[in-house]
Amino acid sequence: MYTETQILKDTTQTAANGSEGELVINVGPQHPATHGVLHLVITLNGETIKKVEPHLGYIHRSIEKMCESLTYRQFIYVTSRMDYLSAHINNHACAMTVEKAMQIEVPQRAQYIRVLMDELTRVASHELWWGAMAMDLGAFTPFFYAFRERETINEIMEETCGARLTMNYMVPGGVMADLHPDFVRKVKAFIQLFKDHIDEYDELVTGNVIFQNRMKGIGYLSKEDAISFGCSGPVARASGVNCDIRKLSPYEVYSQVEFDEVLQTEGDSFARYLVRIAEMKQSIRIIEQLIDGIPEGDFQAKTKAVLKLPKGEFYSRVETARGELGVYIVSEGGTTPYRIKFRSPGFSNLSALDHMVRGSKIGDLMATMGTLDLVIPDIDR
Amino acid sequence: MAVDIVLSKRQTPDSKPQTLMFSLQGITNWIQNWLTANLPATWVVIVESLIVILLAIGLFAVLGLMLVWMERKVAAHMQIRLGPNRVGPMGLFQTSADTLKLILKEGLTPDGADKFLFNLAPFVVMIVGMLLLAPIAFANGFQIWDINIGVLYISAVSSLSVIGILMAGWASNNKYSLLGAMRSGAQIVSYELSAGLSILCIVVLSGSLQITDIINAQQNGWWILKGHIPVIIAFVIFIIAATAETNRAPFDLAEAESELTAGFHTEYSGMKFALFFLAEYINIFIVCAIGATIFLGGWMPLHIGGWQGFNHIMDYIPSSVWFFGKTLFLIFLIMWFRWTFPRLRVDQLLNLEWKYLLPISLFNLLLVTLIAILGWHF
Repeated sequence: MYTETQILKDTTQTAANGSEGELVINVGPQHPATHGVLHLVITLNGETIKKVEPHLGYIHRSIEKMCESLTYRQFIYVTSRMDYLSAHINNHACAMTVEKAMQIEVPQRAQYIRVLMDELTRVASHELWWGAMAMDLGAFTPFFYAFRERETINEIMEETCGARLTMNYMVPGGVMADLHPDFVRKVKAFIQLFKDHIDEYDELVTGNVIFQNRMKGIGYLSKEDAISFGCSGPVARASGVNCDIRKLSPYEVYSQVEFDEVLQTEGDSFARYLVRIAEMKQSIRIIEQLIDGIPEGDFQAKTKAVLKLPKGEFYSRVETARGELGVYIVSEGGTTPYRIKFRSPGFSNLSALDHMVRGSKIGDLMATMGTLDLVIPDIDR
Repeated sequence: MAVDIVLSKRQTPDSKPQTLMFSLQGITNWIQNWLTANLPATWVVIVESLIVILLAIGLFAVLGLMLVWMERKVAAHMQIRLGPNRVGPMGLFQTSADTLKLILKEGLTPDGADKFLFNLAPFVVMIVGMLLLAPIAFANGFQIWDINIGVLYISAVSSLSVIGILMAGWASNNKYSLLGAMRSGAQIVSYELSAGLSILCIVVLSGSLQITDIINAQQNGWWILKGHIPVIIAFVIFIIAATAETNRAPFDLAEAESELTAGFHTEYSGMKFALFFLAEYINIFIVCAIGATIFLGGWMPLHIGGWQGFNHIMDYIPSSVWFFGKTLFLIFLIMWFRWTFPRLRVDQLLNLEWKYLLPISLFNLLLVTLIAILGWHF
C-alpha cells in the first residue's frame, strides 16, 4: 500500500516533471522503438503528446575529433561507423572530398563500381527500414521478409569487400579491390529476386487498411518546415522538396544514368513510406543500367602512398539512404586534417520530430519515428 | 427470473442428445457410482473435487505449453523460418525448458511497487482463466460444471481479468505499466459489449444459456451453417472482439511492445511474468473454445439434416477430436492475425468498437431475433 510519504514523494516528482495532469516519460535510451540509444523525453497529457525532447550523447564516440589524428587514408574507415547502414556512401563522400582536394581523377571502372555499391547499399538500407518500421507498428513478419533480400545484398558485399556491414571499400582514387568475378551474376540474380518479392511488400503492408489508417495524415511536415528544419533525403522529398543530391549536383556516373527523383507532396508518414519504396525501385533501375556496362580498366587511380592535402577548405556532399551527407575538411597542408565536420542527415531529420508529433498519440510517435529512418550513430557521432 | 425461463425451456423433450456418439458420460458415471458405493457422501464430493482440480491444473499447464509451442511454430511458418527444433521432437519441449528457466529465476518485486497488489495480480488473471475452464464441454459428456447460465457465467467471469491487469499496471509504479493498464481497461470493457451481443444472437436462436443445450441445438447443423448471414456477421464480430479481449495483435495495445515496452507487465519477471504469459494463452483457448461451441457446434460432429448415412460416418470421429479441431482452427486464425497485421492506435481501436462493431451487432441481434421468431433458420 502507498504510505503518505510515498504519495508526497510522488506528487513532488510530478510537480518537478511538469504541470498538473502531465506525465513525463523517458522513451529510451533502451527502448524497442528507438532502434538504438536515442533518448526521448516525452510529455504526455493522457495519451496525447505535448512535447518531445530528444537527448543525445549515449553513443558519442567523438568521430570528428578522432579523424583529426588519423591520416587521409585512415579516417575514411572510421566513417563506416557513423551511418552503419550506408557505410559505402559515407566512405564514398570522404574519398570524394579527398579526391577533390588532391584533384585525383577516378578511373571510369571505379566510378561504376562506386555507384553500383552505393545503390546496393541504398536498397539494403531501405529494406531494413521497411522491416523495422513495420515492427514499430506492431507487425513482426515484414522484418523477416526484408531480411531475406537484405541478406542477399550482404552476401554480395561480403564477396567483394570482405565485410558485411562496415565495408571500408572506398579509398581515395577508387576502390580498394576489384570486383569479385561472381559479382555481376549475383547482382543480376538479386535484381530478379527483388522484382519477384517487391509486390509481396505491397500485399503485406502497403495495402493493409490498419497500416494506411496508422500512416495517412500522421506526422505532417510541410514543405516550408522541411526546408527550415534542414530535412533532406526521403523525409524532405515526401514533403515535395527537390533535394536529391544525385540530381542536383551529380557525382561519379550519376549524370549518365536515367532515374527519377521520387517526390510526394502529402508530407505525412505514408508519403515518406511511399518515397522509400519507390526509391528502392529507382535504385534497382540504376543498377540495371550500369551492371552490363562496367568498363574494363583500373579500379584505383595511382596515388602517392602518403596523402597530403593542400592548405584550404574542402566540401563535398552525397545522397545517403537517409539524405544529404556533407563532408567538410579543413586542411593546413599536413597528412592529417585540421578539422573535419560531417553534416549528417539524421540529425536534421530528428530535429523535426517534435514539430511533427505534437498533439498526436504515443502510437503516432513510433509510426513517425519509424518513417524518419533514424540511425542513432549517425545522429550522435 | 431469467433462470426460471431457462429452466422451463430445458424441459422440452428434444434437448436430449440424439447422436449415436460414444459419450464420456459413461466413465464419469462409473466413477461416481464406484465412489458412492465405497465412500461416505462427503468424501465422494471431496475426492471428485480433487480429481477435477488436478485435471484442471494439468489441462491448464499442458494447454499453456502446447499453445506457446504452437504460436512459435505458426509464427516461424509465417516468417519463413523454422522455429524451435532443438529441445525434444520438433522442439516440443522448448516451452517446458523455458518454463523451467522462468521458475528458477528470482521473482523480483520493484522497490516502489505496491507489494501486495503487485504479487496478487498474476494470480487474479490466472484464476479467472481457470474459472472459465469450468463450463466448457471438452467432449460429449465431459464437462466440469454444466451450469444453467453457462454463457452468462462465461461473459461475467471473463470480464474479471481486467481487474488483474489494472492491478498489475497500477501496483507496478511504472508509467509504461500504468498506460498499458489504462488502455487495457478501456479496451476490454468496450469489446465485451460486442462479444456479449454476438453471443446473445446464438442464445436467442437456441433459446438457452446452457452450454449443453446450445450444443444440442446444433445437432442437425452448426449455427454458422444454418443461421444465414446474421450468424456469420455475429461470428466475425465475435472473433474480432475475442482477439481484442485477449489483448492479442492487432489489438495488443496493453502490451504494445514498440510503444510501451511491455505495457502492464513491464516490471514482472520470472514466474510472475510466466503466469501472465500462460494466462494469455489460456484466455485464447477459452475464447476460441466458446466460439467453437456456440458457432461451430462444440463437440457436435458435422451433421446435415436428412443425410443419415453421412451423419453416421461423422459420428465415428470422436467428439473430443471435433471440439479440439474446431478450437485449434480458431486459435490458428487468431495467431494468423497476430503475425500479419500491424497494431491499431488507441483511438482507432475505440472508434472501431463504438462506431462500427457495436451498432452493427445491435442491428444484427435484431435480425437474428426476427429469424428466430419467424423460424427462418433450418
